[in-house]
This record gives sequence, C-alpha cells and structure tokens, in this order.
Amino acid sequence: MDNDAIEQILNKYQGQSRQLIRVMMEIQEENHWLPREVMMKISEKLEVPFSRVLRIATYYKTFSLTPKGRHEIHVCTGTACHIRGAQSVLETVQDLTGIKPGETDAEHKFSLETVNCQGCCTCGPMLKVDEKTHSRISSNEIADALKKYD
Amino acid sequence: MTRINSAAELEELRQGILSKKDPDKPSIAICAGLSCLGLGNGAVINAFKEEIRKQSLEAKVDVIATGCHGFCEKGPIVVINPEEICYLQVTPEDVPEIVSQTVIGKKVIDRLIYTDPKSGEKAALMSEIPFYKKQMRVLMGNNAKINPKSIDDYLAIGGYSALAKALNEMSPVQVLEEVTKANLRGRGGGGFPAGRKWETTRNAPNETKYVIVNAHEGEPGAFMDRALFQGNPHSVLEGLIIGAYAIGSQQGFIYTRHDTPELRKNVDIALAQAEEYGLLGENILGSGFSFKVEVHFDVGIFVSGESSALMRSIEGKAPEPKPKYIRTSVHGIWDRPSNLNNVETWANVPQIIGKGSEWYNSIGTEKSKGTKLISLSGHVCNSTVVEVPMGTSLKEIVYDFGGGIPNGKKLKAIHFGGPMGGTIPESLIDNPLDFDVLSKLGASMGAGDMLMMDEGTCLVEVARFFLDFLSGESCGKCVPCREGIRQMLNILTNMTKGKGKAGDIELMEELAEVIGAAALCSLGRSVQNPLLSMLKYFRDEFEAHIEKRCPAHSCKALIALEGV
Amino acid sequence: MSEIKLQIDGKEVTAREGMTVLEAAQQAGISIPTLCHHKQLDPYGGCRFCTVEAEVRGWTNYVAACLYPVAKDLIVRTRSEKVDRIRKMILELLLAHAPDAFELQDLAKEYGANKDRFEKDPSFCVHCGLCVRYCAEVKKKNAIVFVDKGKTREISFIPEISAKECWNCKECFPLCPTEALQAAFVLVKAFTFPSPSLESTPAE
Repeated sequence: MDNDAIEQILNKYQGQSRQLIRVMMEIQEENHWLPREVMMKISEKLEVPFSRVLRIATYYKTFSLTPKGRHEIHVCTGTACHIRGAQSVLETVQDLTGIKPGETDAEHKFSLETVNCQGCCTCGPMLKVDEKTHSRISSNEIADALKKYD
Repeated sequence: MTRINSAAELEELRQGILSKKDPDKPSIAICAGLSCLGLGNGAVINAFKEEIRKQSLEAKVDVIATGCHGFCEKGPIVVINPEEICYLQVTPEDVPEIVSQTVIGKKVIDRLIYTDPKSGEKAALMSEIPFYKKQMRVLMGNNAKINPKSIDDYLAIGGYSALAKALNEMSPVQVLEEVTKANLRGRGGGGFPAGRKWETTRNAPNETKYVIVNAHEGEPGAFMDRALFQGNPHSVLEGLIIGAYAIGSQQGFIYTRHDTPELRKNVDIALAQAEEYGLLGENILGSGFSFKVEVHFDVGIFVSGESSALMRSIEGKAPEPKPKYIRTSVHGIWDRPSNLNNVETWANVPQIIGKGSEWYNSIGTEKSKGTKLISLSGHVCNSTVVEVPMGTSLKEIVYDFGGGIPNGKKLKAIHFGGPMGGTIPESLIDNPLDFDVLSKLGASMGAGDMLMMDEGTCLVEVARFFLDFLSGESCGKCVPCREGIRQMLNILTNMTKGKGKAGDIELMEELAEVIGAAALCSLGRSVQNPLLSMLKYFRDEFEAHIEKRCPAHSCKALIALEGV
Repeated sequence: MSEIKLQIDGKEVTAREGMTVLEAAQQAGISIPTLCHHKQLDPYGGCRFCTVEAEVRGWTNYVAACLYPVAKDLIVRTRSEKVDRIRKMILELLLAHAPDAFELQDLAKEYGANKDRFEKDPSFCVHCGLCVRYCAEVKKKNAIVFVDKGKTREISFIPEISAKECWNCKECFPLCPTEALQAAFVLVKAFTFPSPSLESTPAE
C-alpha cells in the first residue's frame, strides 16, 4: 500500500466533504481496495461521519473492502453483450478461475466482477483484464487469454 | 496561451489560428473512441507515431487521436487528410503501407476502403461512404476532423462564436427565449422541453443556481454521449456556459463516468484550456459574466443517472433519489435551483444560438425537432453511433445504417431506452423516430439506444435480465421498487426454468400497477416498462413459458423439457 | 405562515403552509395508516403505505402523505380501490419477509392481505429504517446504518461505534416491528465486541 500516494489524495481534498466520492474513487484506483483504517482517515480528513464513508463504500460495487487480486477481470453484462452471449463468457471465466463475481481467488491472482455497459457494444461479448480489452471473445478463446497472466 | 478579453479578441485569435493552418498539410486522424480502442486502435496509433518518427516526418505530418467517428463496427478507423480517405479495420501491420502509399504517395489502398456488402461498390472518401453520407452529422460531424485535446482546433471550426454572440449581442432572457423557440427537448430520456426547464430554474427564488451536464450514460447499450463528449468536449462545454448565462448560474458541474480514461483526460484538458483562454472563470470575454465548472464521477452506479440521486452524490452523499414531485429545478443540489441536462442536449445549444431557432425548427417533425444521436447494438450488423434528423424511419435506421440483422436471422423486436424503456415488434418498424410516437407505442426513446433482437431471442429472458439488473441497482429504499422487483424477478426466473404457473402474468401486472403508482422516484416508477411493453406485443410468448415452452428455443430448461 | 385550504375525503381542511398531507389529516382527525412513520423522526417515505390519491387541477397522482406538502385546492382521497390495492400489495410483500410481525397482522386483516401470496424469504427486516433514523436523528451517533443497495441492502451496526454506544442505550430496540434489529445486534456483539463487564478491549 502506497501510504504517500493516499496521503497526497487526502491532503488535496482536505475539509471538502462534497468530494468524498471522488476521494474514495481515487484511493480505490490507487490502492485497489479501501482498508478500514484508510476509511477512518478519509472520515477525519474530509470531516464526514465514518458511517457515511462506510455507507458509500458498500453502496458502490466499484469500492472493495477486501484486497483484490493482482489482476482484475471485468466481464461486461450490458444488454447488448448479454444477448450476444455474455452469460456463457462469464460462466467460462468462473469455471477457469474458480471464483464468482465479487470474489478473489485464494492466491490473490484474479478478482472477478461483472460491470455495466462499457460503451463499446460492437466489441461484445467482451471482457477486460486490467486495462486490456478482449473483444468479440468466444468461450474457447478465454483460457488462452487468461494464461498470459501470472 | 493568452487570456481572451473580448469577442473581438476571440475573432482575432481564431483568424490567427486559421491563417497558421495549412489546408494541404497531411494529417492522420485515428479514431480513439471506445469501440475502436477496444478493437485495438491503441496499437495502431502507436504504430503511426512510430512510423512517422522513423521516416522523420513529424514536422510534415500530424498524427491525431480523434473522438469517435461513429462507424464502430468497422473499427479501427483511420482517415487520411486533407483528402479524407477513410480506411477501415486497420491493423498495425497496415501502417507502413498507409504511410508510404497514401500519406506520401497519395494513392488509395483498395483493400482497406469501404465496400458495400450488397453491391460491392467501393468508396474511398469518408463523405462518399453511404453510412456517413446519409446521416445529418450536425453534432458528430467534427469528431473526425479535430483533436479533442486542442481548443485551437475547436476554435478553428468556429467554436465559441455562439458563446461570443450570446454574451455580446443577447441578454440572458433572449438566449432563453431562443432555446425555447427552438423547441429543444431533453436528449437524456425525459424529452422535456429544455427552455421550460431553464426558465423554472431561472425564476426559482434563490441567488445561487447550478447547471449540470449529465454525462453519466448508465443505460446499457447507450454510447453516443461518450462518443460526443470524448470527441468534442468543447461543444458541450460551450453549450453549458451559454445555458449558465441564460439561467443566471455561476457554478456548473460535469457528472461523468469514472471508467473511461480518455474521456476523463479530454474533459480535464478541455476545462483547463478553456480556463487559460478565459472562457471559464471571471468576466468571460469581458461580459461581466463569471462561471466555473467542477467534475464529479458516478463510480459505476446506475441510479445516480436519476437527477435527484445525481445531485445527492454531488453533495458527497450516497445517491438515493428524492420523490419525483420535488422539482430539482427549484430544489436541487443543497436545496438550490439546479438545471440538469444531458450531454447531447447541451451540445445542441451552440448550434441553436449560432444558426438560429428557425434553422433548428426546420429539422425534424412537428413536435420533435433537431437531430438525434442513436447508438445501435445487439443483433445488428453494424453496432454504431448515427446522427439522423428526428422523424427518420426506424426501418432506415436499422437497415440502411445498421446494415440489417446478421447471420441470416430475422429481426424480432427493437428495444429502446434500456431497463426503463420498452420493446416494439418488427411489425412497427415503419414508424418514425419521434418522442411522442414512440411514447404512444409504449417504447419511450430513452437516451436513443436501440437494441435489435433477432428471432432466437427469448423476450421472457430479456425481461428477466432487465429486472435482474435493476434488482442490484435499485437504491432499495422503498417497498414497491425493492420488493416489487424482487417478486417480478422471481416469477420471470421461474418462468425461464419451467416453473411458471397460471396466474403469473396477472400477478406481474398487479405488481406493475403498484410499483408504477407508489414507488418513490422516477426510476422505481419505470422498472415495469420493459415488461409491460413486452406483454402488450408478445403476451403469447409469456403464456407459452407457463405451458413450459420457449418459442425462441433459448431457455435451456424448457428445451430439455420439450425433449427437443 | 399562511393558511391553506384543501379537501381530504370530502371534508374541507385548513392547514398551515409547510405541513404535509399526513399532518393536515391528523390535525383534522382523519386517520391515514403508516408503517415507517414516527412522530420523533423526520418523515421517510420508504414504506409507501400512507399512499393517498392527490388530485391537482384534474390530475390524480399517488403520493406518500407523510412527505407530500399541502397545496391550495388539493383534493385528497385516503381510501379508494386503487389505494387499497396498493396497501394490500405492500403488506403482502412485507409479510413474505416477516409473516408474524405483530404490527402487520391487523392491517393484513383490514386490507385482506394474504401472507402466503409470495414465496417466503425470512430475512425479517422490512427496511422501515426506524432504527437507523433514530440513531442518526435523535441519538446522533449513527451506530447503525443501511449498507449496500437493492436486493442486498441491509441494516448493519458499525462495530467501532456500537461497541462504545449501544450497551447503555438500546433505545432503538422497541421501535423494530419485526425484531430483526435485536437479532442483528446479537450477531454483531458476538462477532466483534464483548460485554464491557469483561475487562478487555473490544475486538479490532
């Protein structure tokens, strides 16, 4: 965990309670999860009740209260991807990784999550691993795609 | 960049930029829209930069990553200017050839240009490709020509002249009247007259007022706002500043998605550059009008697209909606009058002020004026963003632009407006794209996303899918929405698993009545819309599921029961 | 505060500006049933049980009486076929979670609600929010909040705060119509903090 980076974010928005969601977003992007003690620091620095920080952390699927794996797999389950077979893509990923959406595997290699429409419907069905998009993917291509990650 | 202090200085700067532009200078415009990036355009952009560097052509050829060109299905797309030669489905391996043959050699590479799938006819120039030719690209047309990270590019095409006209030659009330006369209706889903909304906020009793760009675009299948905003952020910003002037607001908010890095970058750069030029901040263009903008993010939630929930989240609270009858135009962010409009709505404003409401009224139908951005997706040959005048027939949109249905299948139904919209059968395809016509058919236009479904799609499953989506996205506060969705989802899931029973459809209709009347917010009151529209046109499909049959042969459990 | 004249169930009622339909009705001795409403707390509008018909200039809307502001010439109907259907359905939806909840039984009889209409899902909590709101508005401690959203929304004690506050308070307990609150407290106590009478620090 890069404490300096987190401190920087907190100092930038110190006292600005309306930037709460933005601060949590920047820390989630930096750290990939929101540890309890970091949420307490957010509550202090932004001067918002801890209960509100916790409420927002649980309200948004994007925020994780537990550490994520080294690689985050996102499967788009928007309507267009759904009717193009996103469900079977998701099932294949689940079979290969042994985890369901919202979970991280025991070795902390992969975390899986379904995401809302990514806005590139011509690419569907698709999955993203970290920043890389695997477009128009079929179930039998997934194993090869995931092999590249360690 | 020196600050511009008057409309005259703006014109001077514009002329200066234009005089420095060489119309014959070659440039390579590569679409960096979401779909093209998903199809690997990042590698193409890098390949071009590398090739230009290798050939020491940096001073002679510009390489620009532009916004979405619209023809997403054929991406990655590259346009070579000034000729406007358009290459489709470009790979990094094609790059050296494109540079030597086309950029330097001015020759067209046949295998990379557009070929009509039916006639085989080829078209090398972007303006000749039927997909682009037939559209009316008032808003999207500049995407392929400008660098979204350059405000000078926007100025070169006449950008901010509408703002100068508004601040210099018109009073706030006159601007408001012009927008009202243009009959501009909200493009986010409500279709509410923008001028009337602006007026309510303007007249609301409070010194402090806010204006907001809703760039949330949470409706699955809608990607036109991102295409427009990422590709031409200044067109939206200019509209916002003009609107703020008309309404009397000094503080604006942009509410956008967190998961689109290029969009975020382009918006931040656009705001910074506008500030540097003094088009944002104090005393804009010497008019005495001051205005600044703050950016907020949705962070992956659907319900924050609802205006009152969105405003809560700007306050730093969890986005829980307020009852619909509390008008956010009067009681919005921190209980102050707040005018919220969609990206596309704002982008129409500089057009209206620049070209006049009469011009705007000449496009479209009697009650639906102007153009509309439509995103096509699903079982369609071309998943794309198109811009057409209101009143265009749905058939033209699906077949001429969408290219029809792939894999030899037939079109069964079109769904509008995502999880809160409606479905119409193929038999109604000869209807026009019009707010009121579609509303009457039970399929509100929504944000303009059209999802095509072929004969192999089970509508019971699609109805179930929408409710499954909403069951996770509902804020959960009120009983009708939270519990109503839960029970409708249960019933539909059972139906797809062969556990449907007599009375299920009637029970869902009862639930729909209660949810529609008693739910707290406008999201809650719309959750039953897709199901009701499907029951209106495809009731027999639902009845078949109760009889343990799936007419589309899609539900695995029912296929097993049939022994097919 | 100016006076506002409106009609409730055919009776002319005089209310003050800023009142809700529920307050105006109560003042006039007209009863509107509620579930999530509490006189010590801000109106919530979550249960929708107080839904009434509100007619303005010929348009009838269905609104929550506890939140809807009185307006001149408003015509309110606290009972009608549709209002009754709405209340019956709300009861049936809640009874699926808490079929034996005391406060729901009489109302179920009155509106003809069938507790077996929907498949049972015994999570008990009906999301009236009384515990959360009491702790926020009266005690100002926020020891218990709603977490998550949609179908997975639930009440949750915040261990760091409840370890300090709840032992000597528990004022929210009598408010819970289904005793889901008490059950939640027993669980959080068991997992996160021992009784203060055992002299050890609360679990981290």
